[in-house]
Amino acid sequence: MKQLLILGAGTAGTTVANRLRKMLDSQAWGITIVDQDARHYYQPGFLFLPFGLYSQRDVMRPKTRFIPGGVELVLAQIEAIQPEQNRVRLVDGRSLSYDFLVIATGCRNDPEATPGMLEQEWRKSIFDFYTYEGAQALGEHLRTWDGGRLVVNIVDYPIKCPVAPLEFLMLSDWFFQKKGMRERVEITFVTPLEGAFNQPISSRYLGGILERKGVKVVPEFMVEHVDPDAKKLVAYDESEVAFDLLVTVPLNRGDAAINRSGLGDELDYVPVDMQTFQHPKHANIFVLGDAAALPTSKAGSVAHYATDCFSENFVRHLRGQSMQSRFDGHGTCFIESGFGKALMIDFNYEVEPLPGYYPLPGIGPFALLKESRLNHWGKLIFKDLYWSYLVKGHDLGVPPLMSMTGKRRETSEA
Amino acid sequence: MGSRVIAGKEVQLTENGFLVDPQDWTREMALEIAKEEGIEIMTEAHWGIIDFCRQEGLEAGKAPSLRAIVNGTGVSMKALFELFPKSPDKKVALISGLRMAARCI
Repeated sequence: MKQLLILGAGTAGTTVANRLRKMLDSQAWGITIVDQDARHYYQPGFLFLPFGLYSQRDVMRPKTRFIPGGVELVLAQIEAIQPEQNRVRLVDGRSLSYDFLVIATGCRNDPEATPGMLEQEWRKSIFDFYTYEGAQALGEHLRTWDGGRLVVNIVDYPIKCPVAPLEFLMLSDWFFQKKGMRERVEITFVTPLEGAFNQPISSRYLGGILERKGVKVVPEFMVEHVDPDAKKLVAYDESEVAFDLLVTVPLNRGDAAINRSGLGDELDYVPVDMQTFQHPKHANIFVLGDAAALPTSKAGSVAHYATDCFSENFVRHLRGQSMQSRFDGHGTCFIESGFGKALMIDFNYEVEPLPGYYPLPGIGPFALLKESRLNHWGKLIFKDLYWSYLVKGHDLGVPPLMSMTGKRRETSEA
Repeated sequence: MGSRVIAGKEVQLTENGFLVDPQDWTREMALEIAKEEGIEIMTEAHWGIIDFCRQEGLEAGKAPSLRAIVNGTGVSMKALFELFPKSPDKKVALISGLRMAARCI
């Protein structure tokens, strides 16, 4: 019996395990999936936790519910991948052999990479919201916070879900207005980039949306360290931003096991073929989701579309046929903008977010690069689609490759 | 997208001002772009970074990330901000005739 080993049971790993279990003969193929955490998280929902819009049951379920029969779930920490031996060592001393390996170990927050961040003020006046624990702790803090300088900061790119910090800012404006304390909160966005929007067309359509919501933007600020006593961010060029409450997006990097295996780039992401996900040196290794070093966003939708393309291709590959489906870096994201509205973007490696409608021209129902109530309802409904269909590997009927249908082409390129 | 003459050579530029074809790049062009970016004198330390970026990034047409430059050259992040003030990632990409990593939005 041949062995397919999947590392990581998050969005990409769980979806691909479900897909391939249906597509591969169970007499001929064993499938094993490894993860260190018994809980599956709906990560886009973390954004809503600090504002009391979601609670634990919206974002967390036991992993076992999403692993299909015929797939063995191993709960363990990965020590290292040994590609020459076709083997993965676990921290508990066990070894798992494979014929094919799918790496879907995702990316993680690394607050330790920034001096001063993980010290006495961590989760007292310095919070993250990209982890379940961080988002819950921030929600607890916001319940009784009486205002001051709220600073939202991105340490460096790339980050998982690059729109979530913008959503956090816009939801903060709504949240403090609703609480009747907006005038007591100064909201500042501190980014290492030139501004909040860095694609020409997005910035034409959305530039100024944060300022209209009373958010001050501090661009080109790359944090060198946090001073937890003086409560300020200090940049490499020695400029400073003071805060009363810091909501930071710490440095994002791939799993530590990727580093220990010597398979990663400078941030522990694994370089792979951008169309087939195949490792350039090891033909029986594929990398899906946030773990891959690809020039597209680290987002659940990208992982979902990638898994669609990969699963078809992988079965062809096993039959000795050439891999036909060429992934285009496609992603589709809702961007919550507060007051019951949201925006939507749809893009790929080559095409930046464009205005128009998705998926049907002129009808939508979703409006691209524009606020609408329907976009907001789409975002809310998506949570149930995720839990009931997407991670279970059911077809959502959305084509994995991006379509220009419904989009208005404008003159620009990245 | 448009064209411009830099250091006596007509080149195509993207909307963000990056060279469309990194093969168009010359060292004279780098000096002129550096001046426009506020770097009057390109020292040996500046050239060390630009040469590294050309070497590592030419094939993909994209400048390496600041972290990759730090790892590859041993020059500290702080020194990169001193050599190419404010936004070293953008400045090294512009001066070395390469593009920056794509941004989502």
